[in-house]
Amino acid sequence: MSAVVDTHGHGHDHGHEHHDHHGGYSGVMRWITTTNHKDIGTLYLWFAGIMFFAGGMMALVIRAELFEPGLQLVNPDFFNQMTTMHGLIMIFGAIMPAFVGFANWQIPMMIGAPDMAFARLNNWSFWLLPFAATLLMLSFFTPGGAPGTGWTLYAPLTVQQGIGMDFTIFAVHILGMSSILGSINIITTILNMRAPGMTLMKMPMFCWTWLITAYLLVAVMPVLAGAVTMTLTDRHFGTTFFNAAGGGDPVLYQHIFWFFGHPEVYVIALPAFGVISQVIPAFSRKPLFGYASMVYATAAIAILSFIVWAHHMYTVGMPVTGQLFFMYATTLIAVPTGVKVFNWVSTMWKGSLSFETPMLFAIGFLFLFTLGGFTGLVLSLVPIDIQLQDTYYVVAHFHYVMVAGAMFSAFAGIYFWLPKWTGKMYNETLGQWHFWLTLIFFNMIFFVQHFLGMAGMPRRIPYYPLMFETWNKISSIGAFGFAVSQLLFLYNLFTTLKSGAQAPQMPWEGADSLDWTHLPTPVPYHTWETPPVLK
Amino acid sequence: MRGSKLLCALGGLYAALACSSAHALAWYFPSAASSMAQEIDHLHQYVMWLIIVIFVGVFGFMFYACFAHRKSRGHPAEQFHENTTVEILWTIIPALILIVIAWPVTKVVIAQKDTSSPDLTIKATGYQWKWGYDYLKGEGEGISFVSMLATPREQIDAGAQKDENYLLEVDRELVVPIDKKIRVLATAADVIHAWWVPAFGVKQDAIPGFIRDIWFRADKLGTFRGQCAELCGKEHGFMPIVVRVVSQEDYTKWVAQQKQAAAAQAEDVNKKWDPKELVAHGEKLYSANCVACHQANGRGAPPAFPPLVGSKVVNGPKEGHMDIVLNGKAGTAMAPFGKQLSDTDIAAVISYERSSWGNKSGIVQPAEVRARHK
Amino acid sequence: MAQSATTPQRQAHYAVPSPMPWPIMGAAALFLMAVGAVFLFNGRHGGWVSIGAGFLLLLYMMVRWFGDVIRESEGGKYGRWEDVSFRWGMSWFIFSEVMFFGAFFGALFWVRQYSVPDLASIESNALLWPGFGSHWPSAGPGFMEQFSPMAAWGVPAINTLLLLSSGVTVTIAHWALKENRRGQLIVFMALTIALGLTFLGLQMYEYGHAYHELNLKLSTGAYGSTFFMLTGFHGFHVTCGAIMLSVILGRCIAGHFTPDHHFGFEGVAWYWHFVDVVWLGLFIFVYWL
Ligand code: HEA
Ligand code: HEA
Ligand code: HEC
Ligand code: CUA
Ligand SMILES: [Cu+2]
Repeated sequence: MSAVVDTHGHGHDHGHEHHDHHGGYSGVMRWITTTNHKDIGTLYLWFAGIMFFAGGMMALVIRAELFEPGLQLVNPDFFNQMTTMHGLIMIFGAIMPAFVGFANWQIPMMIGAPDMAFARLNNWSFWLLPFAATLLMLSFFTPGGAPGTGWTLYAPLTVQQGIGMDFTIFAVHILGMSSILGSINIITTILNMRAPGMTLMKMPMFCWTWLITAYLLVAVMPVLAGAVTMTLTDRHFGTTFFNAAGGGDPVLYQHIFWFFGHPEVYVIALPAFGVISQVIPAFSRKPLFGYASMVYATAAIAILSFIVWAHHMYTVGMPVTGQLFFMYATTLIAVPTGVKVFNWVSTMWKGSLSFETPMLFAIGFLFLFTLGGFTGLVLSLVPIDIQLQDTYYVVAHFHYVMVAGAMFSAFAGIYFWLPKWTGKMYNETLGQWHFWLTLIFFNMIFFVQHFLGMAGMPRRIPYYPLMFETWNKISSIGAFGFAVSQLLFLYNLFTTLKSGAQAPQMPWEGADSLDWTHLPTPVPYHTWETPPVLK
Repeated sequence: MRGSKLLCALGGLYAALACSSAHALAWYFPSAASSMAQEIDHLHQYVMWLIIVIFVGVFGFMFYACFAHRKSRGHPAEQFHENTTVEILWTIIPALILIVIAWPVTKVVIAQKDTSSPDLTIKATGYQWKWGYDYLKGEGEGISFVSMLATPREQIDAGAQKDENYLLEVDRELVVPIDKKIRVLATAADVIHAWWVPAFGVKQDAIPGFIRDIWFRADKLGTFRGQCAELCGKEHGFMPIVVRVVSQEDYTKWVAQQKQAAAAQAEDVNKKWDPKELVAHGEKLYSANCVACHQANGRGAPPAFPPLVGSKVVNGPKEGHMDIVLNGKAGTAMAPFGKQLSDTDIAAVISYERSSWGNKSGIVQPAEVRARHK
Repeated sequence: MAQSATTPQRQAHYAVPSPMPWPIMGAAALFLMAVGAVFLFNGRHGGWVSIGAGFLLLLYMMVRWFGDVIRESEGGKYGRWEDVSFRWGMSWFIFSEVMFFGAFFGALFWVRQYSVPDLASIESNALLWPGFGSHWPSAGPGFMEQFSPMAAWGVPAINTLLLLSSGVTVTIAHWALKENRRGQLIVFMALTIALGLTFLGLQMYEYGHAYHELNLKLSTGAYGSTFFMLTGFHGFHVTCGAIMLSVILGRCIAGHFTPDHHFGFEGVAWYWHFVDVVWLGLFIFVYWL
């Protein structure tokens, strides 16, 4: 990163336009009406935390039920509802909003912008979420309950569901709107709001990954909206998109869904890559290795992600040419992802490494995400996937990439930026404990699920044959351990906010983006009202 | 170190669990009973070894760096951040590895998809929540039956002692001869199911309204078990697939038996049944086919599943009752049972419903169902 | 449009708007409308009330929010820098709309190329759907009634002409605005709206014709589903576009916009062209081929 010549952006001397600190409203109204990217980022992060908790509780119900081969804690119908809602809430409620929260906080600060390009729209993007989440939760209270179809909402099972399904469909519509508007905002901000001299190829990696993620979102969220709209009309208006009797096809739903769904998994992964690409150089005290190839690799992943969707559908009975095409395209994603992994390792190579909590989570990410990527590669091979599709092997795969991947990365980001945002330093010892416990229990839950899957345990079943008992017990114990470990994080978070030690201006020696180098810690409410000038 | 103590504790827990369970730890593919499953196993091992090598390589570097290039050891940070040569290398080498993987895999894919010239063709129809089998072509042509979970409810819901094949046992197994190419046509009547037998290396989604095919050739005698592999509603966990592979002679014998039984059934339709017998027969069928939704006490689970107690249909004219059971109701979970049960069975179950839980609307004879069944 | 932050004409300050309560109102409005729709579709009482309340709230929110934006715009708060943002924003929004239609075009493509032929395959004929033949238009093997498809060279062809000419008139209006011929601007805007409304009228007529004379309904299998969903969503977009054009016309009459500062106008014109292009796709793939 080249030197900043002008650093007028410190904010304090530029408060005139806004009469008071928070622009006119106070109390709750401040949060409801805010147009400040930092406030909105905070809202996103809290929302994600609450949803993570809700989704986590559902996971615990699932794991409790699976502790025994036939324990009747919840009935099978409710079990399916738990699985569905756990998946939907974790993906749309926890992971995605968490990274949008990071984007809101960090992107304007990192590129030297006064705020997001559309500050009011930004507020709307956030406030759509709690309403959508309410709709989603309302479905539990309808006769028949929430949909029990899995988060993939496959037709025609969706056509059989009760009113809860309709609530879920509209919730997905609104969640989608929020994502699209949020993404348009992020793209515009990155393209149009960079400080003079901040060329695209000088942006911090996190901004690049978000630019590409936002592009993916704008491209695929509308497609998901289309899919659930067709479900809605099939349910209520006699259309037959997914009904063979009318010339439609249940598999058509799957094609449309996965055209959204596969890019969606990179929507989850790419911002996580971005966070890791900030954290690893900082704690290696060495610039990111291969910046340009990182950018190209990210773009390549995004482009490839549009032509691999049918790897979720190897068992629907595609023609052999289709299977081969999608298999080859899918395996290709290993190449750009590999480039990223190698670049991260090379960034660490011959650096001066230290292992504070963010770095621990980043290394945990690197190790476990790659493991999950490898099991993805195993799944991408048609004959092997025929054995493993819809088993716990798949469940293990995606929790490695999403929990040890995205979730770990989110933890890394929170520990990394918390001092910047709040001016308070978290408790390092507790942070380290949080990491190690999370790491151990994570593997306890999910490593054994590979064995379950290979041995033949299908996913989405409430009871299971006896030979799967041992692994399931271990997994369930791990889940409860994992949950308790997160309380440590909560405790650490709250004590930091309430009475944390003052953070130094520069807690991490190696951090080099504008927010660290040219803004005070904690950051003032308004930053970069006059943009910094970079050469 | 604290960490290692914790690990020991976990190890102990793990060992304890492993011993406490009476069952051998299943952790890998079940042993193969077809060459296809064998191939898949080989591919998997081949890929796993490649992956393990790459994994160890990459993370060898990383952990070495974590150890040797630590700040606490005073390692100074170098500032290099580019090297075109290695960057090109680590783009090309993985691509080459992928080709090495793709080659053998492609061959298996092509073999898997080759369903031509089967010895025996069987249609497998997924219903909520059981499998229907029709032998379409080859020895045994015309045999047709429904196969459903045989594990008693007490073992599932209540704490009764679970037997060995808990949730993996059915009332009627699919029987096939050894060493013959069996083509399975999968379809479904309501939602998507998936027909899966791990030991043969086959899994095929059963898509309502469409026919999709796969094949297998069993090379071991014995009974092989799998489960429905696509979420299909609340009893998705309860529709296992059990295939018994028998020798050619045994298969011929079995076919003969089935034919005899079918002939006897056909007789039954014209017989006038004794109401008591009919209702008793109906009760068995009800608890096998209908309880999942309408419950043993006939009270259903409204609003999704209507009660039959005091139902207008059950207490109304016979025709309406026969129609809904024969033809189901499109767009709801109520399936057309005319496709799954014999006319005798339908008459029995209707009679049972009409004379249970306080319903008193008379019985229906098989011949009446036959007349209504178009 | 590749200018970004580094363009020299960018002003020193970007207009970061002050807080306002409209967005959350919009979110609540959508919530109410969603709940209302669920009730309505499931035959519960109160659906319309909730939809109505939500809709009024949404309307109020839009009037106030856009009112604020228009006032700011006319007050000269937006310079070149903000203008570029609006352009990017609108372009990506239209891109998302294209993808939405893509899903339905994909469905049309799928039923025509894959599912209908597959349902008529030999095996399928033998076991599931005896006698079903592959042809398009098709309402599937389970559809028992007779229906006629919509012919391309009647009303649809006229509608194509209408929409294409409206694309021309809106462009003429744009030229007029750029050369500050206000009278011409207003006339051609009005003309554009009139053409759009005529299109909608004919579309309504066509639907009536389909339902009453052709026995072609939303529930007429794959053909009916794709036909009505594609044309229906398009019609909805034309309606939105016409409303947006009317607002712009009102602003033109009120003397808003200057020859070199009128993104409000351009954004709506882009949208109108997008609707136009989608129609061409519809005409070719739904009616004609
Ligand atoms: C963050 C989310 C995320 C990410 C990043 C990925 C990444 C990948 N996924 Fe995964 N996947 C999911 C989330 C994700 N997935 C989810 C949620 C599901 C289930 C959905 C459901 O059904 O509910 C799923 C399911 C899924 C399936 C379907 C399984 C089934 O249902 O039968 C497949 C099959 O191909 C697959 C493949 C892959 C591949 C090849 C990658 C690749 O991108 C991985 C690439 C990475 C590496 C390979 C490691 C690093 C590379 C190197 C070190 C280079 C050298 C390597 C080699 C040369 C091999 N995934
Ligand atoms: C990112 C997404 C994500 C995350 C984080 C998780 C987390 C977890 N998942 Fe999830 N899972 C999915 C995505 C995710 N999952 C998806 C998409 C599916 C597929 C659904 C389907 O089949 O349709 C699935 C399915 C799935 C299954 C299979 C269910 C089935 O097939 O029937 C199981 C079973 O073990 C499981 C377990 C768990 C467990 C134990 C966790 C644990 O890691 C959770 C632990 C977390 C907590 C207990 C919460 C603790 C939180 C706090 C203390 C609050 C912090 C709060 C603040 C900051 C305010 N998951
Ligand atoms: C998969 C769930 C399911 C199974 C299994 C099932 N039913 Fe039903 N049944 C339903 C549903 C749902 C309805 C309601 C249909 C409707 O909306 O009219 C219904 C309706 C009925 C009715 C009409 C009741 C009324 O008052 O409207 C009868 C009679 C009936 N079923 C008999 C049976 C019989 C006999 C069997 C077994 C052979 C059976 N059902 C198995 C789901 C099921
Ligand atoms: Cu049938 Cu799952
Ligand atoms: Cu995928």
